[in-house]
This record gives sequence, structure tokens and C-alpha cells, in this order.
Amino acid sequence: MTTTTLAKPATVTGAVPGRRRGDGRVALAFLAPVLIGFAAFYVYPAVRGAWYSLTDWNLLSDPRFVGLGNYAELAGDPLFWNSLKVTAYYVVLTVGMQITIGLGLAALLHRLTRSLVLRSLLVVPWLVPNVTSALLWMWLLDANLGFLNHLLTSLGLDNQGFLTSPELAMPSVAAVNAWGATGYTTLLLYAGMLLVPPQIYEAAALDGTGEVRTFFRITLPLIRPILAFVLVVSLIDSFQLFDTVAVTTKGGPVDATRVVYYYIYEEAFTHFKMGYASALALSLVLILGLLTFVQMRLLRASRSDLA
Amino acid sequence: MNAAVSVSEPMSVGRRRLRRLPAWICLIVAIVISLFPLYWMLRTAITPGPELPSDNAGLLPRHPTLINFERVLGLVSRDEARAAGGSGANLSFFLYLRNSVLYTGLITCLQTIFCAMAGYAFARLRFRGRDALFNVFVAALMVPPIFTLLPNFALVKQLGWLNTYQGLVAPSLLMTPFAVFFLRQFFLGIPRDVEQAAFIDGAGPWTVFWRVVLPMTKGPLFTLALTTAVWTWNDYLWPLLVAPGEDTRVLTAALGVFLKQSPNTSPDWTGLMAGSALSVVPVLLLVVFFGRRLVDSIQFSGMKG
Repeated sequence: MTTTTLAKPATVTGAVPGRRRGDGRVALAFLAPVLIGFAAFYVYPAVRGAWYSLTDWNLLSDPRFVGLGNYAELAGDPLFWNSLKVTAYYVVLTVGMQITIGLGLAALLHRLTRSLVLRSLLVVPWLVPNVTSALLWMWLLDANLGFLNHLLTSLGLDNQGFLTSPELAMPSVAAVNAWGATGYTTLLLYAGMLLVPPQIYEAAALDGTGEVRTFFRITLPLIRPILAFVLVVSLIDSFQLFDTVAVTTKGGPVDATRVVYYYIYEEAFTHFKMGYASALALSLVLILGLLTFVQMRLLRASRSDLA
Repeated sequence: MNAAVSVSEPMSVGRRRLRRLPAWICLIVAIVISLFPLYWMLRTAITPGPELPSDNAGLLPRHPTLINFERVLGLVSRDEARAAGGSGANLSFFLYLRNSVLYTGLITCLQTIFCAMAGYAFARLRFRGRDALFNVFVAALMVPPIFTLLPNFALVKQLGWLNTYQGLVAPSLLMTPFAVFFLRQFFLGIPRDVEQAAFIDGAGPWTVFWRVVLPMTKGPLFTLALTTAVWTWNDYLWPLLVAPGEDTRVLTAALGVFLKQSPNTSPDWTGLMAGSALSVVPVLLLVVFFGRRLVDSIQFSGMKG
């Protein structure tokens, strides 16, 4: 990164000459497109969204101000509370699967091989669009002709309606998305493990520490910060579950998979209750804000022992 | 150190390998689970539709065919498509593929450039309110997209931009808070020496950015662009809402519509899998051509975490 052609013998310390007083105008030029985009599609809609949440609006007629009516309605709306409960259930399931399997795979990769091909293959499902993986798994999990049921019957077990039974639907959706995301989680955790100094492992090997013990006593404590980061990323990601549900179960059977994103979507675009949907969305913002705040506190509490 | 290891650990290489066998088996099982569904998608796509109920277990179909690909691409007549298991609905995946490429390409290119400019300004230029503004962007990162999606839909509708390209790309063409955040962090991490040398030579920030910084950071910018491209390619809800019309329909939305048109009791699985396979082809090309960069970019965010 050294360019001898440009470097001059003059020693520069601190600020660049001629730019001491700040670069307001230049900065404005650099920021203009982003500022326009941010104002038009983030700030303006945020304000409008907050306003809509105080109105009754079906997208066609003019919004009618109803004060806090929507919020009063959602406080007593069993479907909203159910959607939060179902979402939480999904998040726990899918994040749990992703992180346990991801940790295991990352540790295996880390201790066995540096093969780039294996890592690329593991990450392929993450690249498949959600809609495609939803369709694909709908076919694999099909109650009659699906491959998984074919496997079950050839093992002498009963056919399962993975996406049609109220008990199995949500775990199935969680598993489908874990299939898509685990490779990505694995790579993040693997990157964290690469940061652990190899000498520690050599010392452990010299002491005759077994692999399992090494994982729980050395790897796991030392990658805690990255584990926390992965947890936050996958939590935020999972909260936004929409695609898979929209393609496979459409919220059913009996609301078992009507997650909050899908519920808001339905209220806005199939029932045309835009005001109510906005109130739901704003409440979700507040709930997630609170959760993020708590997470940040936890994150700060988990400094690396390596640092 | 090697001597010490060999003294205290008399296990032969052969036995060490044997002990690692279960670990290798776990890893291989994981790879099979990752890839088998995609193989099954392809296997179903080359099975003749009418034969699927009786031919859905073997690793290869009895009579492999390309008819399903031909009919989702709209290359065969409606009667032929119906005979092969189609619902008779019009399908033109060439068009959807083009729309997806356009949607992804436009957003990826422009967003990356604009966000790089902003990230550079936040990292290097000094102006009033810089940190406050940046904190607003970070706060926006935390807001779930559905909150702005509803009013954005209303806005696009009021502008009369439903089922147009401008409506499709507008909200993410100029920026996402994430890209600005990511690139600012990145620019903060690169050494200032080269830029300063250019400044001493009398170049302004604009020249330095385009002539020195951008060429120097082509790799990481490409990495971010790759991630943006993957996300945009996968996007479903927004294109479904604002551009469901045939002419602006992207691949993901097309798959959703295709499923809806297909009869509930016996979905057109062979056609659906052919369409699905088409939506994965670009992804596989990415892995083949940019596998290392892709893996590196994911791991890079892991190291930064």
C-alpha cells in the first residue's frame, strides 16, 4: 500500500494542510445522494407512519384521525399478542438451531481443515432466495409425495403433515430457515475461532486436553463477543420472518405461524387497515428498540478474555 | 516445539486420522444436508409432470426431460405446457429473470457508489453535525423495515409508480443505513498515508476519493456490492407489493404468483422446481466465480463483530 510516486519527504502530522476549518461544502456534495434517499425513504415515511398510526385509513379514502384508538384496539387484540408469542417461539427455535449447529460445524471446520471449498459449499443455502427455499422445502415436506415422508415411510414410520399440523408447522418453518442461515452463522463463528491464538490450542494438546473439553473450556469462552454479535444479527433477522410463511403456511394452520410481520402485512394489504397496521408496526419498533437496548447492555457485559 | 509434540504424543498419524473420522463424517453429513435439497429440486425439475406421482423416490427420474424448463420459459405452446402438467397460465421466466437482473444490478451499483461517498465523508471529512447525523443513521439501522415499508408503499402508489421500475428501485437506490455504516467503519480502518500524500500534491477531497481511495479499496467495495446483490436478488415483499405486474415482476415474486396459480390440491411441482432452479442459477455462478471473496466477506464481518 506504499506508493512511492506520491509520497513526498515532507512529514505530515495531524490535519491535512488547507483543510483545517472543516469541509462542510465538500461533505455536502459527498452526502447529497444519501441524504436525499434518507430523507425521502426513511425520515419522511417514519413521520407519515407515525401519523397513519393515529388514523383510520383504507388506502383509498382520506385518513380519518382517531387519536390513540388503534393503540387501544391492539392492546386488546388477541391476534396481535398471539403473533408476538408465535414470533418469539419461532425466534427461539430457529436461532437455537442455527447457533448450536453453527457452533458445532465451525468447531469441526476449525479443528479439521482450512478448505475453502467446504466453506463455500456450506454457505450455498444462504444464497438461495427465501422464496425458493420455501418452495423447495414445501415440496420436500409435502404430505403425500415429499421426499422426507418417503424417507419416513421407508423407515416404517408414519407420514407427517409437516406444514399442515398446528404442532409441527412452526418447528418446520424454523428448520427450513435454519437450513438457509446455518452456513452463514457457521462462517461468522469460524472467523471468530480463527482469532483465538493457535498457541492456546497447542498448550491444551500438550496437556493432553481432549477435543470436547478444549471446545467448552477454551473455544467457547474466547469467542464470546462474536457469539454475542451472531446472536444479535440472527435475532434481528429472525424477527422479520415473512417470505417463508407467506409462501408455505400463510399464517395457518389456526394461527400457528401467523408471525408479527405477516400479521401486519395482512392487516395492511388484505384487510386494507393501513392505520391499524401502522400502529402495529410502530409498536413493533418500540418493542424491538427495548430488546436491542437490553441486548446492548448484555453485549457490553461480555468482553473478550483475549482483549 | 515439534519435537515436544512428538515426544508427548506418540500417537501415529494413521491413528490420529482414524480418531478424526467421526468428526469428518459429521461435516460431510452437514454438507449433504446443505446440498441435497438443491439436488432434489433439479431432479424434480427434469421429471415429466404426469409421471411425478409414481416416480418420486429414485435418485434419477426414469425419463429425464427438459420440458419443464421449456414451459416456464414460455418456449412451448399452451397445450403442450398443459399436457406436461402446467395450469395453462402464462409464464415467461426470461422476462422475470431480466427484471431481477435489472433490479439487482441498478440497486447494487448505485447504492454502493453513493454509500461509499457518504461513508468516506463520515470517516474523513470534518463538518458540523457529523457525529449527530451518523448516530441518526445508526439508529435507523435498528428500525424494522416494515415500519417504513407501509408509508413507502403509500408514497409510491400516490406517485403513480406502481408497476414501474422507478417505484421498484426508489427506496433502496440511493442508500441503506447499513451500507453507509459498513463503509464508514471500513474507511476508518485504512491508513491515511496515501491520501495525505495526494493532498500534499494539491489534490482536493473529490479527486482523492475517486482517484486514490476508490481504486485502492476496490476489493472491499466489491465485497459489499456482492452482499447487497444477494440481498436484493432475494427480496420478495417489496417487489411483490409495488411491482406484481407481468412487465415488472421479478423472479421471487414470479415464483409466488406461480404457486398461487397452481392448483392447491396438486401443485405443479415439476414446473415450480424448474422455476426455482432458474432462480438459483445466478447464485451458483457467484459461488463458482467469487467463492473465495464471498466466504472472505462473510468472515470479515465475523472478525469485525
